[in-house]
Amino acid sequence: MQLTDQCAIAGVGNTAYTRGTERSTLDLHLEAARRALDDAGLRPADVDGVMPSASAGRCAEDFIANLGLRDLAFSSTVHMGGASTIASIQSACLAISAGVASCVLVPAGRRGFSGERISTGRNVQESIMSDLLEFEAPYGNLVAAQWFAQAAQRHMHEYGTTSEQLGHVAVTIREHANLNPNALMYGKPMTLADHQGSRMISSPFRLFDCSLESDGAGAVVVTSAERARELAKPPVYVSGVGESHGYPPTSLTQKADMAVVRSLQLAGAKAFSRAEVTTDDIDCLLIHEGFTWYVIAGLEALGFVKPGEGGPFVEAGHIRLDGSLPVNPNGGALSEGHVSGINHVIEAVRQVRAEVPSARQVPGCETVAVATEGNFFDASVLVLRGERS
Amino acid sequence: MTTRPLPEPTALTEGFWTAARQHRLVLQRCDECGRFRHYPQLLCPDCTSSSWTWTPASGRGVVYTYTRTHQPFHPAWTGRTPYVVATVELDEGVRMVSDLPPEDTDRVQIGSAVEVFFDDLPDTEVTLPRFRLVRAN
Repeated sequence: MQLTDQCAIAGVGNTAYTRGTERSTLDLHLEAARRALDDAGLRPADVDGVMPSASAGRCAEDFIANLGLRDLAFSSTVHMGGASTIASIQSACLAISAGVASCVLVPAGRRGFSGERISTGRNVQESIMSDLLEFEAPYGNLVAAQWFAQAAQRHMHEYGTTSEQLGHVAVTIREHANLNPNALMYGKPMTLADHQGSRMISSPFRLFDCSLESDGAGAVVVTSAERARELAKPPVYVSGVGESHGYPPTSLTQKADMAVVRSLQLAGAKAFSRAEVTTDDIDCLLIHEGFTWYVIAGLEALGFVKPGEGGPFVEAGHIRLDGSLPVNPNGGALSEGHVSGINHVIEAVRQVRAEVPSARQVPGCETVAVATEGNFFDASVLVLRGERS
Repeated sequence: MTTRPLPEPTALTEGFWTAARQHRLVLQRCDECGRFRHYPQLLCPDCTSSSWTWTPASGRGVVYTYTRTHQPFHPAWTGRTPYVVATVELDEGVRMVSDLPPEDTDRVQIGSAVEVFFDDLPDTEVTLPRFRLVRAN
């Protein structure tokens, strides 16, 4: 049985993205969930499956209790950090295709500023972190900025990637955020000089190479394609989806080649093959970018460019909205908000529906790829498309 | 000065830390295929043998990659930034992470030769095997 186009995203919803909130993480998830159900024209009672986010410390009972779900038929939690969002959509599709569930809610996002904030060490610690805590934290290798900085440093060593090229990623994605009133960095333009002048966090990463610490949540509702066609919004088909868990799983520092995100190569190949598309078919790409470097690494891993060509590719302007491959038209995790990558999925859906403000609408956007990264190079990739014209 | 985050050894890893306390660097080595491995695992990921022995390591290697950290993400490094976190590839083929001594902060490069030294943490029972750049003769 093939999953291709068997399921669809029927609804999407999100909270405002802020730096500072009085609300709980669950409260944010529930607002996003209700908005996603409204968007689809569904009621809470229609939900019979939920994929709670481990990064946000959530469980099925949170949603059963608050949405009044009398007979939840399916629930599972993926432990892939930021890659969990798309991997959860894959699980939802499997459950729906097998007839186990019919309407699955996938909420994500956290209080990355006010609550589970990474730079303060208050983020949710998963069991995957045990080797890092024993063998790396005593040496001061504490946070993702340091892990990914070491990958970027190796990439620079092997391919000559420059800090300015990282800066082009930050500046381009900031330009996109300035077309998105819901982006945290809306109204805050950035120049390459601003990037180069921002303080060093962990070399080669400056402040503007790092994604935002923000509060917010998003949710998507997955149903069968058949059911989605009868709901409020045009269906956006899950054409292909794939996940791959990084090897070895203990730490980024243990990857045979830290400059290559092998799991993203593998997850992307699965998703593209299942969707029967090649990179040439992708009208718009969204990459859940914890750091600027991950956009460059992602372009290479997904096969849009050869290894080492990501830096020159972004420098030449190809990832701009008017470029050959628009990337993160919403402003991404760098400038819209860090919402565990679900904001990237939501933007992909809205781009396919052509319902974003025209200034950031990718013309003729029919097929979109979304790539998410989590933990130590775990990866998942989603290919979405609208009705075939 | 605040103490660094300390390792919490498990039944599987305590041999590594006991040896470090005696200023010896040891690694798991598979009794079947001879492959070294780190971080400790129950089975050899190459041949799935469960038979292994703590084996002395050379303590020599090169810097595979590094980062110079300017923001203290833990109170132990407050006032001690910038510092270098290096990922070291040992001659045995495994990787270990270590912060470098302050005198190496501005000298480190990918490919720099390093050697182990043993840091007995004050007021603890913990010794960290750490690495530093090999000094020119």
